[in-house]
Amino acid sequence: MAKKYLMKGNEAMAEAALRAHCRHFFGYPITPQTEVAAYMAKRMPKLGGTYLQAESEIAAVNMVLGAAAAGVRAMTSSSSPGISLKTEGISYIAASDLPALIVNVMRGGPGLGGIQPSQSDYWQATKAPGHGDAQLLVYAPSSVQEMVDLTIRAFETAERYRMPAMLLADGMLGQMMEPVTFPDEVPLPADKPWALTGTKEQRDPNIVNSLYLTPSQLEAIVKDRFKRYELVKAREVLFEEYRMDGAEIVLVAYGATARICKAAVDAAREEGIPAGLFRPVTLWPFPEKELSAISGKAGQMLVVEMSMGQMVEDVRLAANGRCPVSFYGRTGGMIPSPGEIAAEIRKLAGMKGVD
Amino acid sequence: MAVLFQKTKGLTDKETHYCPGCTHGIVHRLVAESLEELGVLGDAIGVCPVGCAVMAYDYFNCDMVEAPHGRAPAVATGIKRARPGNVVFTYQGDGDLAAIGTAETVHAAARGENLTVIFINNAIYGMTGGQMAPTTLPGQVTQTTPYGRDVNYSGFPVRVCELLREVDGVAYAERVAVNTVPHILKAKAAIKKAFRNQLDGKGFSIVEVLSTCPTNWGMTPVEALSWVEEKMISYYPLGVYIDRNVHHGGKEGQA
Repeated sequence: MAKKYLMKGNEAMAEAALRAHCRHFFGYPITPQTEVAAYMAKRMPKLGGTYLQAESEIAAVNMVLGAAAAGVRAMTSSSSPGISLKTEGISYIAASDLPALIVNVMRGGPGLGGIQPSQSDYWQATKAPGHGDAQLLVYAPSSVQEMVDLTIRAFETAERYRMPAMLLADGMLGQMMEPVTFPDEVPLPADKPWALTGTKEQRDPNIVNSLYLTPSQLEAIVKDRFKRYELVKAREVLFEEYRMDGAEIVLVAYGATARICKAAVDAAREEGIPAGLFRPVTLWPFPEKELSAISGKAGQMLVVEMSMGQMVEDVRLAANGRCPVSFYGRTGGMIPSPGEIAAEIRKLAGMKGVD
Repeated sequence: MAVLFQKTKGLTDKETHYCPGCTHGIVHRLVAESLEELGVLGDAIGVCPVGCAVMAYDYFNCDMVEAPHGRAPAVATGIKRARPGNVVFTYQGDGDLAAIGTAETVHAAARGENLTVIFINNAIYGMTGGQMAPTTLPGQVTQTTPYGRDVNYSGFPVRVCELLREVDGVAYAERVAVNTVPHILKAKAAIKKAFRNQLDGKGFSIVEVLSTCPTNWGMTPVEALSWVEEKMISYYPLGVYIDRNVHHGGKEGQA
């Protein structure tokens, strides 16, 4: 059996990146993800890799752009306000068809906000990760083990489709400790014939670029990229179902919130309320088809988020009026309790609470 | 018949988009010749700016990447850290390097990144049609300083070599011009040295090239060359600002 380690989410994610052969990390300190930088600073020199503390989030993401263009696995990590600064670089990375990993350990916003867990960057990650027509792969771990597994998967998927990936965690997942295992071996990255390595005067220059001044050419390139996005949507959707057998009230939640929802579902089931949980693991691509099918069977849906309601819009689009979709959220770093969520379920079931 | 002169293989055959009388073409050639003469064209990776040289990836005959505005030194840092065996250079204008990318420039310099930076100072934003640059001279008329740059209102020009001289990670900073043949020859020597420094692992090397923009200066090409001589050089003196080895190998020199 694989060896188990008791690790903090941020450190487990950093170790997973190393196991996935990432040897280039560029970062800037920000709470609550600073352990990632500290871990990398300690381990990278011993592995012959690069940990570099940049002068800003903007510089860090552009260093990632450079390293990714040079063909190596590269990453940066930050938290909400820092991700806003990185969106310029993310747009360029997406437009240059480069694979890279950007980690967002979300905290409360907007503005400087707070430093407690939040999920209020869903829109930013899935709808507008920078200017222009572009998408990011968005993975939402719900446990420290998933911080590990999805980090490795994010690197591999980003390379397969030549697009940036984001691990969208939150302060709770980053800071909590759980036992984790690591895969014995992660396959080495495939060759990248498009990478900047120097021509050796043996081939034509490789050019990594996002500028196309001829509108018809730019349109063709964007459309081509969106064809790739369709492949991603068809192949890369991940989700988890919990107690969905005969579920009439379906909770939809991701990340740390989904864990709390499980407890609420258990409590409801004990009271005889047929509740279940659907947890999107990829937020882009979003499990639209699966939720659409569920909306035809479920009596109603309840979306729970640590925000004022962002993913709920995508759930409503997927349900498309087939069942009522309600929302319960806490924000600003407040974490919903299992009791609060169970009370919402009881309300929807038309039952009085027994708090 | 013996070949006495031919075009450097460091440039592609593509026609450039630069305006008549603009000296970007000369600087491109000096960079390309330096790479060829040092035998590192096949190892070179260039980083383009946003500005007039944004399409330099079509002109340099080596691997190239287009950086976001001002971020070329950060992009170059990522490349060089990933591929220390390659020769990495940025080619940036004054808005890119000395306004929006000041932080990236100063910190790449402070880290002593082993890079070569070619900095084109033509005292104006060319690509967007002639607005005030961080290097626009006092009194100079531009689209956004229509009454001349008033330093009490718009501030003073940034003198990049003088600024970087005070940064410990800078190995080499020289300001040159390309408005006369003797100046071009000196510029070539400086650019070649900036690349040789990288091969020797000396640290951050920058060559600031005073360049022309006849279109946006509203001058003929010949008038523009004289304007460099008469107006620019007096504000931006030519010469070597610093020349040293900042990487002494190992941990030496660290506190």
